[in-house]
Amino acid sequence: MSALTDDTLPVTPRAMRDEMIVFAAMAVLLAIVPFTGIYPFFVMQALCFALLACAFNLLIGYGGLLSFGHAMFLGTAGYVSAHALKVWAFPPELGILVGTAAAALLGLITGYISIKRQGIYFSMITLALSQLLYFLYLQAPFTHGEDGIQGIPQGHLLGIFDLSKPLVLYYVVLVGFLAGFLLIYRTINSPFGEVLKSIRENEPRAISLGYKTDQYKLVAFILSGTLAGFAGSLKVFVAQNASLTDVHWSMSGEIVLMTLVGGLGTIFGPVVGAFVIIAMQQYLAGFGQWVTVIQGVIFVSCVLLFRRGLVGELAHFLRRSL
Amino acid sequence: MAHGGFYLADDFILETNGLTKEFAGFFAVRDVALKVRRGSIHALIGPNGAGKTTCFNLLTKFLKPSAGQIRYKGQDITAMPPADVARLGLVRSFQISAVFPHLTALENVRVALQRQHGASFDFWRSKSVLDRFNPRAHELLNDVGLSEFANTPAVEMPYGRKRALEIATTLALDPEMMLLDEPMAGMGHEDIDKIAALIKRISAKYTILMVEHNLSVVANLSDIITVLTRGQVLAEGNYADLSKDERVKEAYLGAGHG
Repeated sequence: MSALTDDTLPVTPRAMRDEMIVFAAMAVLLAIVPFTGIYPFFVMQALCFALLACAFNLLIGYGGLLSFGHAMFLGTAGYVSAHALKVWAFPPELGILVGTAAAALLGLITGYISIKRQGIYFSMITLALSQLLYFLYLQAPFTHGEDGIQGIPQGHLLGIFDLSKPLVLYYVVLVGFLAGFLLIYRTINSPFGEVLKSIRENEPRAISLGYKTDQYKLVAFILSGTLAGFAGSLKVFVAQNASLTDVHWSMSGEIVLMTLVGGLGTIFGPVVGAFVIIAMQQYLAGFGQWVTVIQGVIFVSCVLLFRRGLVGELAHFLRRSL
Repeated sequence: MAHGGFYLADDFILETNGLTKEFAGFFAVRDVALKVRRGSIHALIGPNGAGKTTCFNLLTKFLKPSAGQIRYKGQDITAMPPADVARLGLVRSFQISAVFPHLTALENVRVALQRQHGASFDFWRSKSVLDRFNPRAHELLNDVGLSEFANTPAVEMPYGRKRALEIATTLALDPEMMLLDEPMAGMGHEDIDKIAALIKRISAKYTILMVEHNLSVVANLSDIITVLTRGQVLAEGNYADLSKDERVKEAYLGAGHG
């Protein structure tokens, strides 16, 4: 039981009907974005980060595992997809597939190493592994170091959808996000998810019931890493580049920030958190370096005032699960 | 099974031999030979620091012994991981109530039932497949008097009820033997009576080894008592005999217990 998840979690019994209504509302709102005049590039970027934060939340909010290295999945999948698209001229669907597969493999390896330790040691190992990868990517020729992989061709998804058209790209990213979100939702509400939650709640007790908890944590870690990688692969089409920013430790920190601001262990919290943080970066860009300070203030006030995060507090207030 | 005592070799469900745990030169448990008779309520008592909890953690495999063997149903389990031991039907409880706080009472019991029916790596299936465990889970909750709490998150239940929930969860595994670590710790009189009655009732089906501080509970419940002091077995017998034993009195009074 990690101290971070102790009293930050919603206690409300789950009500799937409420959650499905909110999900439908979210899907509809996101679907009409292109007709509202909101900058679609911003929303696409936010969707990628929202999926990333949801994947991270699967691990900490439902498995009690705080990873400080989730940027490695985002960055690795991004680099692999970008390289496959640009150098090997893979079609988009294959590019996404190899990027996501690379993240899955990375999840298997790093997960196998890190879940052997608990609490802060687990977090530190994930941080160390992601730093190791950062320096590897800084030196490896295929990533082009500081320059990153630029000008990635977007191509035609399945030979039909022209991803260079913003509207088409928007709906492809949206479908990708919703699919990833639903997979996470299903995982949380599966027999596997129940075991995962019991491990988060009280690991020694789960062991005493006969669960080999390391195996469950490893599967959760791989799932989370794979979905974070999927978000990274999608992001390549939006940003049309893959750079060191995505594997930097500060990105891992941002993922934690998004999830905490939105609400740890809530279904929709990470989505809200990601939109808040990305919107801040987008619309406060005029303040330059001050964005970091503003982010810091928000983070501190979130931890002090809304320990459950925005969605967590709302859910607590309404006595609903969100 | 041979409760009448025809098969003496089978009679001991759990045996230890020379069980020792050393922490950097300090022997918390030293050369303990324990034999727990099948179907009995066996209590492990002793003054503070006697090594009861260490001994308990060795038996449940949450600590690795420095020396000695543990045999369960004739099988050497000394080197077996704790999850595997649980699967053999030897299930422990914890000193502080071990529930899953943000799960409801029903879900708590269901997690145990789910384990008993195999591994659960199926993240793509809906958890509604677990509903088939609900009737049995309700039955178990009803058994320990928790029917009204079925949909209450465990964190919101009173302390004594959490202990009852913990026992229901353990029973869900249909164990052969239960190891209870201070089942009455931190409870009021009323709760103690309820849990004691519950333990007495379930002991008809299971073997129970418990560590307990409350001597009146021990007196009422246990068939046989092992007294530990300074990591070693001081005496063994029933409560009537032990209460007359000078060494036991001295160990307790010397350590300031009544």
